[in-house]
Amino acid sequence: MQMVRVSGRHRGDIRLYALSTCGWCAKTKELLNTLGVEYSYVFVDLLPQEELEGALSEVEKYNPAGSFPTLVIDGSRVIVGFREAEIREVLK
Amino acid sequence: MSDDEISGALVEERVKALRRDAEAGGYILNPDEDFVRKLARGICINEKRYGYPSCPCRLAFGRREEDRDIICPCDYRDPDLEEFGACYCALYVSPAVAQGKAPLVPVPERRPPRSARKSMGAQAGGVKGLPLPVWRCRVCGYLCARETPPLVCPVCKASKDRFERFM
Repeated sequence: MQMVRVSGRHRGDIRLYALSTCGWCAKTKELLNTLGVEYSYVFVDLLPQEELEGALSEVEKYNPAGSFPTLVIDGSRVIVGFREAEIREVLK
Repeated sequence: MSDDEISGALVEERVKALRRDAEAGGYILNPDEDFVRKLARGICINEKRYGYPSCPCRLAFGRREEDRDIICPCDYRDPDLEEFGACYCALYVSPAVAQGKAPLVPVPERRPPRSARKSMGAQAGGVKGLPLPVWRCRVCGYLCARETPPLVCPVCKASKDRFERFM
């Protein structure tokens, strides 16, 4: 699954699993841009059908609900949903 | 198929319909009009992409029978409004949130995870002695006793396949 890389301040391996149609995903992505951190993202709903299952399984590893946005930092810290204060705190 | 093909006019039409249906049913849309417009656009995209207007904040698979519960308005809207003051997307909000008396908070996913959904769909039924089965609209809770569910829910206009056997 191909992720899009956004350059910025390095604060670890930051990965955002998002949906292109989701309002909270957009807000989360905007926040990462505002914070100016380096991150990778993927719009799971835009993946080809054959990649969907695998991508969702990957999200479910971090977030069993399989919901979006799921933000994963260094493969261990997981923030589900647009939790602005928490994201700002972790990435400051 | 490109999502860019969703015109502004189509989105405006959807916003109007959402607002009209919300008002008719006693629901309130998020007062942030720009946010509502973005969600309405997502709903339009999903309708075009999957053939039904599934929730813009959830992943659909394009199989209606599996995504039925997340067709907007979803099965989870009312309990989320009750508990969190907003639906999962915050398209619909409670009166307190709309008036700024309660904060808009992230709503955790109420939909069961994929693994648990597979076993869903078991229908109730079996109350002996009823002259007719009772059907329940999973969106608004409307109940009716008849051989089959109505084509559309007379209360919230949800389609026939959103009904479950209640008794």
